[in-house]
Amino acid sequence: MEIIDFSCIYMVWLRDTIRYFREKSQLYGSIARPILWLFVLGMGLRGSYRHTGDFSYTQFIFPGIVAMTIIFTSIQSAISIIWDREFGFLKEILVAPVPRTSIAIGKALSGTTLSLIQGSIILLLSPLVQVHFPLLHLLPILAVMGILSFTLTGIGIVIAARMTSFQGFGTIMNFVIMPMWFLSGAMFPPTGLPRWLNLLIRGNPLTYGVDLLRWLILGFSYYTPWFGLILLMIFGSVVTFAAVFFFNRGEY
Amino acid sequence: MTASPEAIVVNGLTRDFRGFVAVDNISFQVRAGENFGFLGPNGAGKTTTVKMLCTLLRPSGGNAQVAGCDIVREQSQVRKSIGIIFQDPSLDDRLTARENLRFHGIIYKVPGKELPERIDQSLEWMELADRADDLVRTFSGGMKRRLEIARGLLHLPKILFLDEPTLGLDPQTRNRIWEYLLRLRKDTNITLFLTTHYMDEAEHCDRIAIIDHGKIIALDTPQALKAQVRGDVIDLQTGDDALTEKELVAQHGIAVWGDSQGLHFEVPNGAQFIPKLVRELTAEVIAVSTRRPTLDDVFLKLTGREIRDDSPSARDQMKSRLQRIGRRWR
Repeated sequence: MEIIDFSCIYMVWLRDTIRYFREKSQLYGSIARPILWLFVLGMGLRGSYRHTGDFSYTQFIFPGIVAMTIIFTSIQSAISIIWDREFGFLKEILVAPVPRTSIAIGKALSGTTLSLIQGSIILLLSPLVQVHFPLLHLLPILAVMGILSFTLTGIGIVIAARMTSFQGFGTIMNFVIMPMWFLSGAMFPPTGLPRWLNLLIRGNPLTYGVDLLRWLILGFSYYTPWFGLILLMIFGSVVTFAAVFFFNRGEY
Repeated sequence: MTASPEAIVVNGLTRDFRGFVAVDNISFQVRAGENFGFLGPNGAGKTTTVKMLCTLLRPSGGNAQVAGCDIVREQSQVRKSIGIIFQDPSLDDRLTARENLRFHGIIYKVPGKELPERIDQSLEWMELADRADDLVRTFSGGMKRRLEIARGLLHLPKILFLDEPTLGLDPQTRNRIWEYLLRLRKDTNITLFLTTHYMDEAEHCDRIAIIDHGKIIALDTPQALKAQVRGDVIDLQTGDDALTEKELVAQHGIAVWGDSQGLHFEVPNGAQFIPKLVRELTAEVIAVSTRRPTLDDVFLKLTGREIRDDSPSARDQMKSRLQRIGRRWR
C-alpha cells in the first residue's frame, strides 16, 4: 500500500466540507464567538489598556482573534474523529483499502480549509475595528493562517487518536486549548510580565503564529518574524509526523 | 491470487486480548458461493473472527486466506475483494444515502464514469431509490441496514461479511433483510459469511459453525445439526413455573430452561411423557405440547446453555446515551 492515496484524501476532505456547509449552527457559532470577544470584550477593556503602543486595544487583539478562530475551528474539526469513531463511520473508512496516513492527511487538510474559511470571515471584519493592512500582505497572511491551521489540526488529531471517549473533551478545552490561547500573547502584550509567565508564553509555539499575524496585519511584532516563521514550521512538521504516527497506531 | 474453490480458508486462527482468549485455534473452510453462518451467543468470538478476516485485527496465531489472499500479508487485496456490514451502524447520518454510497465508491476506486450508474442500481436493488437524496438520519433502522448492504455491494466484492446483520431490528424488518440477502445470493454468485445469535436466521445458511467460548463446537448443515438431538422437546406453561421447574428437576433430573414462552425440556418420547407430567405436577397446567428440536435445542444440548437475547450490555447503554448527547451537541 502506498502512503498517499489522493482519492482517499479527497473523500475525507469533501465529506467534512459538505458537512460544514450543511451544519449552519457550527458556522454561525464560530463566527459569533470572535465577534463577541472583539467587540464586547475588546471595546469594554479598551479604556483600561495603555501598553498597546500606538494601537487601541481592539486593534491590538484583532490578529489574536483571527488566531483564536483558527485554534477553535482546527481543533474542533480534528476532534470530529472521536465522533466518527463513536458513531461508527470511522470503521467504514478504516476498513477500506486505503492507507491510514492518507486518512489523517485528508483530515488535516479539511481542518485547514475550514479554519481558513472561518479566519477569512474574521479578516473581513478588519475595517470595523479600524485595522487596515496593505493588500499585498493578504497572501502572506493567508499562508501563515494556513500553516497555523494545519499545525493545530495536527494537534487535534493527536488528541483525538489518544482519547477514547469525547468525555475528555472538556479536559482538552481546559488544559490544552484555553492555556494555549491565553499564553499566546493574543490578548495582552507579552512585555512587563512576571518571569514564569513570560517563559510560558515564549515556550508556546502559537505565540509566534500570533506574532507573525500581528506583524503582517498591524506592522509590528515582539519577536523576530523570520525566527518565528522557522520555529512555527519546525513545530508544524513535528506535529504532522506525530499526528500520522498516533493515528496509524490507534486501535479502533 | 491462486485459483481456489474456497472463498475462505482458516487454519488455527487465534486471538487473545491480554490473556483472554477470544478466538481459540479455529479452522474451517467456506466454499465460493456458499452461505456460511457463524452461530453463537454474545461474546463467543464471532465479531473477533470477522474482524480478523476483514484485516481489522491481527491474529495472535494461525493464518487465514480470504479470496485467496493472506489476511496479514496481503491486507490491501483482501480488503478490495470483500464487503462488510458491521454489527454497529457505520453510516454518516448527516449525509444523504447517495453521498454515503458515493464516498464509498471514491475510496474503493470505482471508476468515476461507472459510479453514478452503480449507485442508482444498488439503491434500486435495496428499494431505497425514492429516498436517495434524503439525509440518513431520517431513515429507519431497517432502511439504514439496507443502505449498508447496498454500500457493501457497491464495489462488487466476492465475499460479503455480515456481522449480526439484523441485530436490534424488529421481526418484520429482519424477515425483509433476509429476503434481500437470499435474493442477492440467487442473483449473484457472492459468498456470504454471516454471524448471528438468532437460531431461525442460521437456518437460512447452507452450513453453520456453532461457536462458544472461542471454539467451534459443531460445523454442519442445519439439518444435520438438528439430527443430533434425538428426542422431542416439550413446551410447558403452568400456573407456577418456578415450582414446576423445581419439581421436574427433583423428580426426573431433567435440565429445564425457561423463557417468556414458559418452560422447555427434552425427553426421549414427548407423547408418552405428557400424561405422566399432567398427573404429577402440583401447579395447574395451562398449556403443554411436544415438537421436533430446533437449533436452539441443539445449542443447549452442545453447551448446556441457551443462546439468550441478552439485555443491552453496559457498553451499548453507554453508547446510546452518547448518541443522545451527541444529537444535542453536534
